[in-house]
Amino acid sequence: MTSTESTAGPDPVEPSSGSPAEAPPISAPATRWAARLAYWSVRRELWENRWIYIVPLIVAAVFLLGFTTGAARIPLPFPLPQKIAVAHSLARLLEAPFDFASLVLMLTYLLVAVIYCLAALHAERWDRSILFWKSLPVSDLTTVIAKASIPVVLLPLITFAITVGTHVVMLLVGSAVLLGRGVHIIGLWRQIPLLSMWAALLYHIVTVHALYYAPIYGWLLLVSGWARRAAFLWSSLPVAAVIILEKLIFDTSVFGHLLISRLMGGPAAIAFPPHGNMPMQAPTLANLDAFLASPGLWIGLAVFAAFLAGAVWQRRRQGPI
Amino acid sequence: MSVIEARGLRKRFGSTVALDGIDLDIEPGRILGLIGPNGAGKSTALNSILGLIPFEGELKVLGCDPWASRDRLMRDVSFIADVAVLPRWLRVSQALDYVAGVHPRFDRAKAESLLAKTAIRRGSRVRELSKGMVTQLHLALIMAIDARLLVLDEPTLGLDILYRKQFYDALLTDYFDHNRTIVVTTHQVEEIQNVLTDFMFINRGRIVLSCSMEEFETRYAEVTVPPEHLSAARELRPIQERQVFGRSTLLFDRADRRRLEQLGSVRTPGIADVFVAVIGNAVDGGQGGGNRA
Repeated sequence: MTSTESTAGPDPVEPSSGSPAEAPPISAPATRWAARLAYWSVRRELWENRWIYIVPLIVAAVFLLGFTTGAARIPLPFPLPQKIAVAHSLARLLEAPFDFASLVLMLTYLLVAVIYCLAALHAERWDRSILFWKSLPVSDLTTVIAKASIPVVLLPLITFAITVGTHVVMLLVGSAVLLGRGVHIIGLWRQIPLLSMWAALLYHIVTVHALYYAPIYGWLLLVSGWARRAAFLWSSLPVAAVIILEKLIFDTSVFGHLLISRLMGGPAAIAFPPHGNMPMQAPTLANLDAFLASPGLWIGLAVFAAFLAGAVWQRRRQGPI
Repeated sequence: MSVIEARGLRKRFGSTVALDGIDLDIEPGRILGLIGPNGAGKSTALNSILGLIPFEGELKVLGCDPWASRDRLMRDVSFIADVAVLPRWLRVSQALDYVAGVHPRFDRAKAESLLAKTAIRRGSRVRELSKGMVTQLHLALIMAIDARLLVLDEPTLGLDILYRKQFYDALLTDYFDHNRTIVVTTHQVEEIQNVLTDFMFINRGRIVLSCSMEEFETRYAEVTVPPEHLSAARELRPIQERQVFGRSTLLFDRADRRRLEQLGSVRTPGIADVFVAVIGNAVDGGQGGGNRA
């Protein structure tokens, strides 16, 4: 087909003649066309699943409501000479709610990701719309990758953006409350290492919850395409079965430990203090090196790719339930 | 070049043979009706043609293997699987955006003008539309795609007669031309008889009869025979005989027209009647033919 080459961009201009048998040439327009299909496939996911960003927004709003109400009740004022010292300790006091906001939103992310993945390839079969999607020139590979990009790319970014937004509002509310009580807030602002905190947050979300958890999302996507119903049970029972059988037959628990280490974040968690707080120190390049050099990351991503390949294989053959 | 070319197309589901070696050659510019009882293999044939299921044998659609390259093929092939496949959460405007986004041959202005003739609002979700309106929307999307092959699998199932008629009228007047090919399966054979250029009977995974409408009209004749001519008519070996209001109606295949006209009033039969006769005769024991297409 000569058409793809003559197409100046991803605009839908293509002569109607020409055989579909010939593959498009590997060229800039072909790449741009693939990107365009991916873009619309992700748009489709966001149309269908508006809740994946509405739920974190609601969680953030509820959190902020609680924070604002709580902040208004801080028993102040302090004696004036102690202002600076107070601001210093308040910075520490604010860190806990900041951490808490990050934690709550990250848990929301995980919950949303799991629920999304378990429905992602199931819903279109259940409502028969898979026949509509398949009547359009979008490959199963593109569709599955678009769906997988939600928990691995979009939700981390959404979570990060909403967390940062929440932190900013908390800071403004906290400042307003303190200002109303005559506390020197410039000192307060200096005490909170916002940028390194956010860098640490982004690092944590991307390394642990997106990349290190990727095989888990892949598994859930695979099951969602395969299970006719009760996708949650089908996704968890085999895992439980493997753990139990391994214990009974070999009296070992390698798989269970593997799973726990995966959930704990493995090498990605190195950058974090052991007592469970969010790190306030920006991750160093050494952290990143260690993470990128860990076999666990790459094995996990290979398993993720294998699960996605399975999901593509499945979707090609599947129709409505 | 044939639009669809199949040699020995077979498909098994476990031990059930859904397609038992089908040969097809469908030329451009035809409107082919696939007619058969439930479970005859029509949908399996269409799903193979659309690249939705793997198959055995040789099948080329517009020169390419549909299973190997469904996404490429869908640039030139459109299909409406049935009326209820548009996702219920989709807004009309989103449907237009999405198809315009992913389909290189979608003419958005045409879709908009087709929608303008209906009562469908841009902001509505599919779940808010009536069944007939969902079909109108789907048809508007499909008709705005400059495809070479359109496959319709029971596209009007569950619609009232008004929408069914509009559906085929729109297809014929605003869509079909001699560069396009349409393959349609439906249980409402009578309604599309005058739309088709060709038809095919499928039963138990095999093609029982394949015939153009011109051939059909010369080949088959239905004669209402008065009692005094009945035995003479029976000697011409009708493929079916039935009683309509106490009068015998006999169906003939390749009988001498002039001879038939001497025996009673001759008409072109409905495809459905021929279907019942052909499939009914083909079924072992002759009892299973009551399944009308």
